[in-house]
Amino acid sequence: MHGIVSEGFYVEVENSRLGEIIETSTAEFTAQCYELYGSPPLGSLVKTADGNTELYGIVCQAVTAGIDPARRPIARGKDEASEEDIYRSSPQLEKLLRTEFTALVVGHKRFDPDSVGTQHRENGRLFRYLPPKPARIHSFVYQCSDDEVREFGKSFDFLNMLLNARLEVPAEEVAAAALRQLSEVHPDPQAYLVAAGKELAVLLSNDFNRLRAVLGRIKT
Amino acid sequence: MSEHLGIVVSGSLTGGVEVRLDGMASVEEMAVGRYVTIKGEKRRFFGMVTDITLGTINDQITRTPPDTSDPFISRVLTGTGTFGTLHVLPMLTIGGGAEEILEGPQPVKTVPAHFSGVNLASGADMELVFGKEDAERFWIGNPLDMETKLCLNLEEFVRRSNGIFGKSGTGKTFLTRMLLIGMLQKSKAVNLVFDMHNEYGWAGTSEKGGTVKGLKQLFQSKVAVFTLDEQSSRRRGASVDAVVKIGYGEIEPADISILRSTLNLTDLAVEAAYQLRKSLGKNWLQRMFELTEEETESTLKEANIHESSFQSLKRGLGTIGRMGFVVKDTPEDSVERILDYLGRGFNVVLEFGRYQEESAYILVANMLSRRIYDRYRKRTEEAMASAEESLKPRPLVITIEEAHKFLNREIASQTIFGTIAREMRKYNVTLLVIDQRPSGISEEVMSQLGTKITCLLDNERDIDSVLAGVSGKNELRGVLARLAAKQQALIFGHAVPMPVAFQPREYGSPESYKSFMPDSGTKNDIEDLWK
Repeated sequence: MHGIVSEGFYVEVENSRLGEIIETSTAEFTAQCYELYGSPPLGSLVKTADGNTELYGIVCQAVTAGIDPARRPIARGKDEASEEDIYRSSPQLEKLLRTEFTALVVGHKRFDPDSVGTQHRENGRLFRYLPPKPARIHSFVYQCSDDEVREFGKSFDFLNMLLNARLEVPAEEVAAAALRQLSEVHPDPQAYLVAAGKELAVLLSNDFNRLRAVLGRIKT
Repeated sequence: MSEHLGIVVSGSLTGGVEVRLDGMASVEEMAVGRYVTIKGEKRRFFGMVTDITLGTINDQITRTPPDTSDPFISRVLTGTGTFGTLHVLPMLTIGGGAEEILEGPQPVKTVPAHFSGVNLASGADMELVFGKEDAERFWIGNPLDMETKLCLNLEEFVRRSNGIFGKSGTGKTFLTRMLLIGMLQKSKAVNLVFDMHNEYGWAGTSEKGGTVKGLKQLFQSKVAVFTLDEQSSRRRGASVDAVVKIGYGEIEPADISILRSTLNLTDLAVEAAYQLRKSLGKNWLQRMFELTEEETESTLKEANIHESSFQSLKRGLGTIGRMGFVVKDTPEDSVERILDYLGRGFNVVLEFGRYQEESAYILVANMLSRRIYDRYRKRTEEAMASAEESLKPRPLVITIEEAHKFLNREIASQTIFGTIAREMRKYNVTLLVIDQRPSGISEEVMSQLGTKITCLLDNERDIDSVLAGVSGKNELRGVLARLAAKQQALIFGHAVPMPVAFQPREYGSPESYKSFMPDSGTKNDIEDLWK
């Protein structure tokens, strides 16, 4: 179903494949991880592809629960020596439980339709606003490479989207987590965080307490 | 030096513009009185920083201050959550067109557009506004916190009466001495200095102790020192060109009348002086002292003067009679002598020696000036009648200290200085008034002063009277009140395109004397070539 995306691209990023989209909307998508507990860290940048568009999302929540919402997991470790032993003695757990994560869509990259199918996808243009269409169900979700993270982090335009999103996790937490992740790949993390802080100070100028909360979470 | 400071965010022509500082520019490095340039869309503006404020993006920050001990938080908030604002008063503008650039800076009639960039004025900018040191412009000092030479067009300066103000000990005398040097070098005007405290002629005192050279020591061929007190001058080792004596016959009742409050005379006593002049003739003063009791009685009766008025007058005049320089007969006319020197292009400094009391100063300054004024008027009128420029007397600048004694509200209309301040420009005579209480000077005279240079003043009324009628008065008030107690001054008015706070040029060290000497630099350069 993703025939237009080149083979080589997938080989290259295969290791970073995290899961597959099971719920999607314009502003966010939810993916199920292939591995139990295999969700990417909060605030990390993930991507999925849809034709000649790559969608970027920031992980804003992760959940692990039973497959059947009607059946809650039960405690099993009374006679086991360690937590690991529970999983070893009940191997079916790996199949009955699943981990999902939700990413807030914060941007997209559009590729020249002519270059699609070739191995050179460098000429894409990055937009830090919502894509025209949501991602599709069963699209694969990948962890972004350091280069991609660095490129995305060049502008703080996404912060506004992040801070104004209605999330189950407090937006300040997600924003702070995202900035910490972005700063890690930056040559000068401290300077990067200061610059981000200045942007936040402007965005949150009318809510100093929120600003203080985010700043408190990004200072190192 | 053309550091970027910030951008214009709001403002008005009358109130000045607000400049939001960039995160990089620290408020602590700013100073009121400094110059900035604003690059508008079509023209450049020059303005002066008149106030500095701290701003916050949100009041909440001020109510619950962040933990600034954390360098990260303070780095983030500097320039975003908290920032500095400059209040800048635009003063001049230069248009972008070639024609407008040739015209030079013009007074502002509008404000720069929103978000115009603001820079600290560079040396080149200041030069563009104030000009370079040249045949007419004299280097008077440096704008605050700048290396550039601030130059004053002295030819323009001496065309109007000017004032130098400042509290005692703020450097008025040094400033005046420097301006006098400037005038004798760069303008055609000659100076007549009534030197109450013997500071200008031969040597002056420095607050650091020791003495500094006076005008005569530096410019032997251009300065003549006259003295009222030969002994004092000799004691101080000053070389004196002439001793001034004043004859009884030269004192007029009008001279007595302005001494009314100094000599503590009643109105009737002053009136009596006029009566006596009428009945006793030109030598009335001398004759009055010589009157016998009977003669007195008859004279008084004849002139219809009350005895008590006469006694009051006599007591007051006794003070004058005791001044050593007042003599029965003068061998020569001092006024003619002074005029002769002035006519030959000499600058005349009249030292008062030990006669430092007010009455002596007022009497002599007023009397001499009045008579010099008469000659000048006559000569100018003759020159005008014959329509010959060359007959016009040289422009004369009369320097008086303690000016409020001559120019206060009560007597400004009677003393010659009031007249000079008001109209003598036409007759080529202007004043350089030096005073520490400008509020004591009549408003009418203050309003006629062309250029005012003021050192620190801290009395409200003094500041008001100095700044009366200047645009941006309230803003300049802040600058004036914050000048350093020493060696800083604010100049504004006719001879400068815009007000500027500056640090006067150094005076008193051997290098400084050398720098005042014309062409000393080139001469040395030539000598160096032969080495």
